[in-house]
Amino acid sequence: MLQNSKEKIVIKDLNFFYNDFQALKNIDLKVPAEKITALIGPSGCGKSTFLRTLNRMNDLIDCTKVKGEVLIDGHNIYQKGLDVVELRKQIGMVFQDPNPFPKSIYDNVAYGPKAHGIKNKEVLDQIVEDSLKAAALWDEVKDRLDKSAMDISGGQQQRLCIARALAVNPDILLMDEPTSALDPIATAKIEELIKDLKEDYTIVIVTHSMQQAARVSDYTAFFLLGEVIEHGPTEKIFERPADERTEDYITGRFG
Amino acid sequence: MTDNLKQKLGFGILRLSTWLILFILFIILYDIISKGIGVISWEFLTTAPRSGMTEGGIWPAVIGTVLVTMITALFAVPIGVFAAIYLNEYASQGKLTRTIRMAIRNLAGVPSIVYGLFGLALFVKNLGLGTSVLSAGLTLGLLTLPVTITASEEALKSVPNSYRHGSLALGVSKWHTIRHNVLPNAIPGILTGAILGLSRAAGETAPILFTGAAFFLPRIPDSLGSQFMALPYHLYILSTQHHSIGVVRPIAYGTAFVLIVLVLILNLVAIFIRYRFRKNLSK
Repeated sequence: MLQNSKEKIVIKDLNFFYNDFQALKNIDLKVPAEKITALIGPSGCGKSTFLRTLNRMNDLIDCTKVKGEVLIDGHNIYQKGLDVVELRKQIGMVFQDPNPFPKSIYDNVAYGPKAHGIKNKEVLDQIVEDSLKAAALWDEVKDRLDKSAMDISGGQQQRLCIARALAVNPDILLMDEPTSALDPIATAKIEELIKDLKEDYTIVIVTHSMQQAARVSDYTAFFLLGEVIEHGPTEKIFERPADERTEDYITGRFG
Repeated sequence: MTDNLKQKLGFGILRLSTWLILFILFIILYDIISKGIGVISWEFLTTAPRSGMTEGGIWPAVIGTVLVTMITALFAVPIGVFAAIYLNEYASQGKLTRTIRMAIRNLAGVPSIVYGLFGLALFVKNLGLGTSVLSAGLTLGLLTLPVTITASEEALKSVPNSYRHGSLALGVSKWHTIRHNVLPNAIPGILTGAILGLSRAAGETAPILFTGAAFFLPRIPDSLGSQFMALPYHLYILSTQHHSIGVVRPIAYGTAFVLIVLVLILNLVAIFIRYRFRKNLSK
């Protein structure tokens, strides 16, 4: 199925619990490098929870438990003694609602690199410019980098959050319904951007818009009640789904 | 009764309550200002009491109150803020943390005279600090700690989690996240709470009664180990303990006036800080 591409993330028999509730059941999934993998499924199916197991953001929630393995470049990120902070430098994340910090546009992008010890002003300037260009935002904000990030539009804020994630130079980008708070025009821009970004990044995107999954992704995984029902090339999932439940979902019979 | 009438009646009661409070506040302020303003002069503010406190000013009491409040601030604000950061950001939100939080809230309700006696036992006697500026400042610090901790925790809670998660997801450490992305946004709330706590401490009498305030000491304290005069205690003496209360009544009102102005200045500082930070944030 994924013969032609290198696997960036390999998930082996992953289970996830909130207290006694099992949110993810025996997930086995391979995420190819420098491709876009979309996670689809009805609300509450575990796709966002799954996304957050990939950079261990679920660690922040009390009373959760993980069983199984997530291998990134062959290393299990749940092994004892692993430095979560180092792990997250490698994996950028974009959230559902744009969450710029109440700082200037420049400081939002420079925040990560600065925290990681880069002090040289010229180096920072270059990172900020490169990241904003990569996030297709540079031309719109280059004249007002010192203005508050809270004053730009929602779509611009989301691209700023993408730039902020790119600035720490990750190789994986996780996106949790990144356009659900945006209007169609802003959504189209972000989708264009996501397609451009796959040249350099392995992207995993959660979306509840099947059209979006069909438009942007190379591979699609369908989640239902904490399980991966089907996973494969997006074209195949949408045109010739193997499982009846997948077909029911993408044809809109439930969800 | 129609809904409209009910609504009018409801709003009427709400409005009346507000006006009643404002009215009482106005009466108090009018009484103090009208009777106290007459004795206010440069001399009153900058000289010590003379002739059995029937003449002269309140300079030592002003300085005493300012010094003690500074000790209180230096002691209570850092500890209170650090404790709040720990409780809100680091401690796991289990039974123990809830119990600690409840205990802190309850401490805010302990009568101030109890703090006074506690300060006497701990700072004055056991730690051997004697009746002094230091003992009194620390005692008032204990009194304001619950207020400072609670206000700081509320301020930290009001910082959206998306700031924390956004930062952590960039591979930024928790400490750096709190220091650079959470605290700056909580500072207006923290400072406002701390200053309001301090302004209450500045007006307290009971906690300093046994821990350092002097009945009559017509000079400013020469060290943190000395006794001192304080405005609230001076006011208490002039109003109830003086041998010729009638004669010193204007001075008592003048003292009350100065105390209120000091507290008002502290509150204005709190408002100013809040305003400045809000402006900076929206820039």
